[in-house]
This record gives sequence, structure tokens and C-alpha cells, in this order.
Amino acid sequence: MSLADAIAGVLWLGTMLYAVFGGADFGAGVWDLLAGRRKGAAAQHDLIDRAVGPVWEVNHTWLIFDLVILWSAFPGAFAAITSTLYLPLALAAAGIVLRGSGFAFRKVSHRLTGRRLFGLTFALSSVVTPFFLGTALGAIASGRVPPDGGGDPIGSWLNPTSVAVGLLAVAAGAYIAGAFLTADARRSEPSLVDAFRRRTFGAGIVAGGLAIAGLFVLRADGPLLFDDLTGAGLPFVAGSVVAGSVSLVLCVVADARWTRTFAVAAVATVVLGWGVAQYPLLLPPDLTIVAAAAPEGTLQALLVITIVAVVVIGPSIAWLLRLHQGSRLESKPEAPPPLSQEPRPPQP
Amino acid sequence: MAHALALSLPLLAAATPADLLAARSQMALTLGFHIVLACLGVALPAMMLIAEARGHRRGDADALLLARHWSSIVAVTFAVGAVSGTVLSFELGLLWPGLMGQFGAAYGIPFAVEGIFFFLEAIFVAIYIYGWDRLSPRVHFLSGIPIALAGLGGTFSVVSANAWMNQPAGFTLGPDGRISEVRPLEVIFNGATWYEVPHMLLAAYMVTGFLLASVYAVGMLRGRRDAYMRLGFTIPFVVAAIAAPIQIGVGDVAAREVVKQQPAKFAAMELITETGAQRPVLIGGILVDGEVRYALEIPGLASFLAGFDTNTVVTGFDQIPLDERPPANVVHLAWDAMVGCGFALLGLGAWYGLLRVRRRDPTTARWFLRGASIAGFLAIVAMEAGWIVTEVGRQPWIVWGRLRTADAVTAAGGLEVSLVAVTVLYAALGIATVVVLRALSHRWNSETISESDLPYGGPGAR
Repeated sequence: MSLADAIAGVLWLGTMLYAVFGGADFGAGVWDLLAGRRKGAAAQHDLIDRAVGPVWEVNHTWLIFDLVILWSAFPGAFAAITSTLYLPLALAAAGIVLRGSGFAFRKVSHRLTGRRLFGLTFALSSVVTPFFLGTALGAIASGRVPPDGGGDPIGSWLNPTSVAVGLLAVAAGAYIAGAFLTADARRSEPSLVDAFRRRTFGAGIVAGGLAIAGLFVLRADGPLLFDDLTGAGLPFVAGSVVAGSVSLVLCVVADARWTRTFAVAAVATVVLGWGVAQYPLLLPPDLTIVAAAAPEGTLQALLVITIVAVVVIGPSIAWLLRLHQGSRLESKPEAPPPLSQEPRPPQP
Repeated sequence: MAHALALSLPLLAAATPADLLAARSQMALTLGFHIVLACLGVALPAMMLIAEARGHRRGDADALLLARHWSSIVAVTFAVGAVSGTVLSFELGLLWPGLMGQFGAAYGIPFAVEGIFFFLEAIFVAIYIYGWDRLSPRVHFLSGIPIALAGLGGTFSVVSANAWMNQPAGFTLGPDGRISEVRPLEVIFNGATWYEVPHMLLAAYMVTGFLLASVYAVGMLRGRRDAYMRLGFTIPFVVAAIAAPIQIGVGDVAAREVVKQQPAKFAAMELITETGAQRPVLIGGILVDGEVRYALEIPGLASFLAGFDTNTVVTGFDQIPLDERPPANVVHLAWDAMVGCGFALLGLGAWYGLLRVRRRDPTTARWFLRGASIAGFLAIVAMEAGWIVTEVGRQPWIVWGRLRTADAVTAAGGLEVSLVAVTVLYAALGIATVVVLRALSHRWNSETISESDLPYGGPGAR
């Protein structure tokens, strides 16, 4: 294995972590949207706020991490991707802006209209953004990004594989988020446990169904990727099916913690399986990782940066998650009123 | 006209001049927006920590409340800064695939370093903001220190990447025009890093300090002059006023480097049309048909500043090929605006010092407060104008001497549509940010402060 392969491995691990944590983050927005203004919605918005608040920026840093690795280690491929998939990427970028700012603004707003407007922005963009990012991944995986860039600006990402991956990204995020929120609810809001358990189960069925349907779509639309996924990637695909099924069973028997673990495993194995399946290619059908790689000096620098990142960021994230999961970060500096009640009367 | 210009571009870049202009405008807009938030992200945590340290050490309840309020502002501005920074990462590829494709192997490295700092910042901002009431005062304060340090590191890395665009180094081009060898340390510590980084760092502290001080100056002019307001004014103002004279020294050094390394940029900054000694500094003025008009001239000063001798020979436009000249008027006027605002802020800081020396309370001096209330605006103008000088002054190059901006822009087309959409989005984002922050501040003003609102239940609770 060459240094370029190692850096590509780092890239895929980053993508996996983004799919899991970023996905959970987007998924929380999906549930926020579906909670709407029904009875009991306020408690749900609140739970989501508390669950996402301290970690959403960190969750999205994985995307930045991926971008900087990609453009330094594989600059030509990065340019090829951005000059082909500029529409879904631009839309995803807009979605990221609306989502992050909407969430942050909702947190500090006290007025009901403001909170609803910002909340809706956050929730809607949480659905749209992973879809566009998914279509871009689908375009790469199905070999629709030519190595010199300038591919079909529409057909590259509006095709059966891309749309299937886009929908899968939304559903998988909702599924993981459901599992995380169920576990959170058990700790701090027991009345919501059953609601989120049902949602996790539903989202898991939808995500699983989309994944299986996606395989059929692939067989017709991207036979190369299909062959790889059922070849080298088969153990991962099988692992994902098993982990997903186990998580659904656990969801039914109400073991929130292990549901979460297996749901994460089901999504993580799909991303890793994709990487293994298309190895040694970076941009199918022809461009290999080694051929696309930057000179040795760049790759060495990125390896050092990755090691430093693991050493410095690993313990920091662990601390944050420990504080967060231990409910030690739950009270906000200023607790705003719930979404579906009347705003606080003006103070004298 | 447009047709003729299009023909002069290489065939590879199918972008029209209108597309190029739209791409540059979009980059300028999004970067100009992000950089204000980046300044706040870099320097506001430091102000917050100064206030928290003072609160703990002196048992000062106002200082602790300020630290807590400023951390709420950090929560908002860091979020908006994070998403607007993400947009810039996308834009590097979406607008400038020629730059990333050809030079990403070198230019990308400082950004990869920045990734680590951004990660740390995001983690510790979360711990600090959500850790009020949850962590012991000591641990809470310590959890804020990595935020301020990550701000320094992040500024270093991002500005190092910009410095590389001005003085590209640390790579070898192969026969195919692609990078064949990269020396990462030479990329990061290129010839412009050492003077660009401190210049931007000081700018971040000046923008944040003066902007924050302006808010409290306005409050005091409206009649609220309690200890909370005075301290809220004094901490950021003093930090920024200390940075101002250092900044002018650093800027002077930076300008001399530009004389040596990027003579075309310096010629545009000072509107030097003819090479020679005894070049004047022109205040104001524009270039019309190659002639300088309406300028106030200080004879020999440009030569003197360039080499401490009025006989220093300075390169003018006459020695720079027509297609390598930056748009002189924009660069010159931005340069004047930056220097003018910088000296105004220096004067304001000196005024504050003078009042203190004479044992007068600056927070009761109305004319001083009036000046201080526009300091934030002046600091932002100075910083944005400075970026215009360095970015527009680098044109027509995106990588100095190596790659033209016109050759780096995407061939995707439809960039005017993108520009309009981004303008609308950012206008909404800017308005929402201001509205949300103002609502926060109004809420704070109308709150009767009770012990339970204070961090750790007020001083002395632990």
C-alpha cells in the first residue's frame, strides 16, 4: 500500500465520520421538521436542541477535514469534481449556510415568530443538504465525473444512482439521529422515548429499503460499481445488512444504547464498503488513487497533519462527548421558551 | 469589446469576462463577509477570557457577566463564521478549479493545517459556552484558552495560504505544467507569511476591540454608565488601542516588502506612473488616461518610505507590461482608506491615553465617546480596504507571476446567476445576524440582574 492509498484511507474515514456524525446532525433536523407544531412538539424541539447544540459545529468539521485533504492530496480530482458537480455542491453549500445559521439563531431568539422562521430554515435545509451531497457521492461512485472535469452539469447528478444515494443519505441520517435521540430521551426526557423509538424503527426500515432498492438501481445504472460492491465490498455490504437488522430488533426490544451502536455500524460499513469496492480507483472508471495523488511532499505533510489531528483532536472530542453524553452540557446559557408556547411577556 | 477581450483569453478557459467579474465579485463578497466574523472568532474569545479572569481574580460580578454575554455573542458569530467559511472552501473549487487543480498540492497544505485549528476551536467553543455552571471556574477558564490559541493558529494558516498566493514558494513545476515536487515547510513559511500574518492578527484584534468598544460607547452616550458598561468598553478598547501603533509599524514593514517583491502592487498603491527617485506620496487622487488628477502630493515621501532615502528608486507603471498592471485606482483609494482609518484609530487610542494621564475618566468625555462610537466602523473599513489592496493589487494574477485569475476561473458559466443568489443569501444572513445580536443585547439591557443569573451564582458562591 502506498502513501497515497493511506491518505485516501484517511479521506474515506473522514467521509465515514461525516456520514455518521454529520448524518445524525442532519437527521435531527429531519425530525425537527416532522415534529411540526403538533401537541408535544415543543418537548421534541427542545430535546433536539439540547442534543445537537454543543456538537453540530464539530460534526460538520469532518466535511472541512475531507475537503482540505481532498484538494491537497488529489488536486486534479478535486477540480474535476467541483467543475462537474457544481450545481449540487453549490446547493449543498447554501443548505449548510441556512442550516447552521438557522439553528444558531433559533437558539438565541426568544420571539416566537423568529424561532419558528429560523427553526423552519434549519429543518428544511437539514433535509435538502444531505440529499445534494448524496447525489454528488453517487455521481463519483457511478463514474460520472471525468478525470479532467467539465462533465455533464445535470446528468452527472440527476440520474438513478445519484438520486438513490441522495435519498439514502437523508434516510440514513434520520435513522442514526433517531437512535441517538432515543438514547438521549431515555436520559433526560423519558416521555419521548417511545416516540423516537418508533421513528428510529420507521427510518431504519425506509433506509434499509432504499439501500436494497439502490442495489437494484445500481445493477441497471452502474454495473461496474454493482460488481465491485458484490465483489470486494460484499463483506461490508453484508455487515451493514446484519448491523442494520440487529439494530432494528434491538429497537423493538427497546435497548436504546445498542440500537444506536448498531445503527452507526450499519451506516459506517456502507461508506467503508464503497471505498473498498472501488479501490484502487479514486474517480471511477479509470483514475486511480496513485495516479491522482499529489507529489510525495504533500502526502507526507498530510500524514503528519493527520497524526497530529488524531493526537490533539481525539482526546478533545472525547472530552466534549463525555461532557455532552453525561448531560453535563445540557443547560443552556439562557434557556429560551419552548417553540409552541406564547413568548415570554415583555419584562418591565 | 467583450468579444475582443474574450479572444485574448487562453482557449482553455471558456469563461467570459462577465463570468470572471462575477466570480471575483462573489469571492470578494463572501470573503469580505466572512472575514469580519473570522476577526470576531479570533479575538473575541481573548476578550471574554480577560473578562473572566478579572471576574475570578477580583470577584467582579460585572466582569463575569460580561464574559458570559460575550460568550453568547461568540456562539452566534462562530456559527455564522463557520458556515460562511465552509462556503469559501466550496468556492475555492466551484469558482477557481484552475487554481486548485494546478496548485492544490502546495496551496492546499496550509488549509489542511488550518483544519486542525478549526476543529479545536469548534470543540472548545462548545465546551466553554455550554460549560458555564457545569465546570468548575478554573476548568471553565482553562477550557477557553485553546479557543484563543486556535484563533492564532487558524489565522496563521489561512494567511499563510494567502501569503503563498503573493509569493508562491516550495514547489517545482514539471514539464507538463503540473507540480512535480512539494516542500511543505517552504510553502507554509513562504516569503510573505512573516509579515502578512502579524498584520492580519493585529487587524483581528483591532476590529473586534474597536467594534465591541463602539457598542458600549453608544450605550454610554445614551446615558447608561454603570460599572458593567464602563468595563465592557474599557477591556476591548484598551486591547485594540495597544494593537493600533504596533499595527502601523507592522504595516510599514509589510509595505516595504511589497516594494521589493510586488512592485506592480506598490505602484498601484501609490499611483506611481513613472519609475524614478523622489517619488511622492499621493493622498487621494485618481488616474485618468495615465495622468494623476486631484491628488494631494507629499514630495519624495514614497521614495523615503520605500528605502529611508528620498533618492530611492521606485518602480512605476512605465516598467510594468500593460497586461500585468492591477486596477490602480481601486488599489490606491483602498490603500488611502486603510492608512487613513488606521491613523484615525491610532489618534483615538492616544486620546484615551491622554485622558487617563490627566486623570480624567474617558467614559465621561462625550466627544471622546462620540469618536469611539465610530471606531468599530473605521476598523472594519481599514481591514476590508487592506484586503482590497492585497487582493486587487495582486491582479491580474491569482498566483503571483504563475497563474492568471482569468485562467483559474471555472468554465461553468451562469456565474451572474450565482452572484445574485449569493448576494441575496448573504444579505439575509447579515441582516439576521444583526437582528439576532441586537435582540440579545436588548434582552440583556432590560434584565434585572439577579444573583442566579450570574455564572457560578455570583462571586463568592464558591
